[in-house]
Amino acid sequence: MVETDHRASQGLKAAAGNILFWDSRGSETVCCGPEEYISFLQTIQRICLLCICERSFHKIFMSKNNQVKHKTPGYQKKEWFWGYLMIAPVTIGLAVFYIYPFFLTFYNSFLKIGSFNVSSWGGLTNYQKLLTDASMWNTLKNTVRYVVFTIPAILFLALLIAVLLNVKIRGKAVYRVLYFLPYVTMAAAISMVWKWMFNGDYGLINYVLGIFGIEGRRWLTDTATAPYAIILVSIWSGIGYNMIILLAGIQGISTTYYEAARIDGASAVDMFFRITLPLVTPTLFFLLVTDLISAFQIFDTIYMMIGKNTVVLENTQSIVMYFYRNAFELKQKGYASAIAMLLFVLIMIITLIQMALQKKWVNYD
Amino acid sequence: MKARKRKNTAVHIVLLLGVVIMVTPFVWMILTAFKTQGEAIHVPVIIFPSELRLDAFRDVFERLPFAQAYINTIISALATIAAQLIMCSMAGYAFGRIRFPGRDLIFVISLSVLMIPSTLFILPQYLIIQKMKLLNTLPALFIPNLFSAFGTFLMRQFYMSLPKELEEAAKLDGCNHFMIYLRIMTPLVKPGLTALAIITLRLAWNDLMWPMVVNTSTKKMTLSAVLANLTGQYSTTYPTLMAGSLMAILPMIILFAIFQRQFIEGIAITGTKG
Repeated sequence: MVETDHRASQGLKAAAGNILFWDSRGSETVCCGPEEYISFLQTIQRICLLCICERSFHKIFMSKNNQVKHKTPGYQKKEWFWGYLMIAPVTIGLAVFYIYPFFLTFYNSFLKIGSFNVSSWGGLTNYQKLLTDASMWNTLKNTVRYVVFTIPAILFLALLIAVLLNVKIRGKAVYRVLYFLPYVTMAAAISMVWKWMFNGDYGLINYVLGIFGIEGRRWLTDTATAPYAIILVSIWSGIGYNMIILLAGIQGISTTYYEAARIDGASAVDMFFRITLPLVTPTLFFLLVTDLISAFQIFDTIYMMIGKNTVVLENTQSIVMYFYRNAFELKQKGYASAIAMLLFVLIMIITLIQMALQKKWVNYD
Repeated sequence: MKARKRKNTAVHIVLLLGVVIMVTPFVWMILTAFKTQGEAIHVPVIIFPSELRLDAFRDVFERLPFAQAYINTIISALATIAAQLIMCSMAGYAFGRIRFPGRDLIFVISLSVLMIPSTLFILPQYLIIQKMKLLNTLPALFIPNLFSAFGTFLMRQFYMSLPKELEEAAKLDGCNHFMIYLRIMTPLVKPGLTALAIITLRLAWNDLMWPMVVNTSTKKMTLSAVLANLTGQYSTTYPTLMAGSLMAILPMIILFAIFQRQFIEGIAITGTKG
């Protein structure tokens, strides 16, 4: 009984602490396992998204009113000095290595590379090439396929596991760690094992299938199966992170809802669909946005599992892989930049669509 | 009671099934690393190595600059973490607690970096490093990563959550903002610093494209780039590949466990007032 009360207060606190850091950290001291750090991360990222999307512009206008408030001019000057000095290293670094590169990529996307690697203004030629390049369209198709297959599967499985881990059972912490393992490990190393397991002749997967009387394939050199092998690995790697964040979201739901439902005689399934699912939609939304952004940039797994010179390249390479080959292997600076711009625009559009659609299904109490 | 027990068993079965799928690649990696090539490519598959051979591990170190790759990866990760902790906390403090003209505009511009896919930075970053004549050097591995918009934002959130009374007293005593930041505020945001260190470590250790692009000389590569090279260039045996992969991920798994604990402790110490 004491434990239930404790959990209830913890849940409420965590829910209230979703916006304020101090509170959320306070509530997190009580439980154990890897999810403190993750749920806390989630809070940050959520605030980050919120801040970018809704508040930032509001704040710019607000700050002018705030500045008039207090302090003598001399003191204020001193404050300004420290302010500028302390932000200088990061902001200069960001300007040089991130903001300037962004504009440079934009500019480069209009350049064409002539003989002797001399680039000249090419106008929209790179963008025209994007439209007519069959490889580019394949790449786009491949990337969309990864996104469409991996994200629903990841979210579904992660939610299932998170709900199961929310049941009072033994060994929760161990389960959490094991499911989370792929997230901390290097994608390059992990892809290598999967490649080895998918091996047509000596692979573990064909061996296991053989036990059940199913004939194996050469998964990674078959155009029909190679994309799905990559999708499987992506799902496998993505579950842990999503599960941990969803679990934190579920644990943030006040237990009073469940207690009330239990008194009314609701079944576990009812409670899932009427309480858990609606109240976890903000977390799902956050994951959907961030997962989509990262899924569109899939690279490591494909690069390591498929390689550059195989027959399945056209059926598997993603936008970023195509970008990489154009930029660093074919040295097509202009065209690679145009591909990067396309990726940027795509991600922006999809994120904006999601922001617009969220009112339809996300439940912010 | 009985029904509940049955339900728990069902939950365990589903979870265990999932765990088997999650863990199999790791187990297979370990098992293969101890096999001989003959055992690894035996048909039908041999599950367990006949004895625990370390040949593959020796092979990794002898045939590849693996020890050097370890050093490169560690130096690159440490430099990134150290720089981010110092610069992001300083900027986070300034953005969160000092008023100066243009602050919020600069902050929003810095944050906008987070909305742009990293693919858009990498080619110009490469060109900048090339212009600095730093290709195929150790600093090339980490220079662009020293600056983090995410870290700045994270630290700002921590500094903003501290009560105002803390700095009022220090200001009356004549402390300047840098002293307040260094002596008073930063010790209170240790959980934030730990979190930032962990996130940065994970990214720095596992990154593939940037180290691969910027350093093509094998002596200046990180672990991930060495692994990528390993699969591509010469025919290496499977036990060697798996031994290399295992050694590349092992420090991260161990370190992550340690950092977790520190993180929890850090929260427990400073979170008592929460």
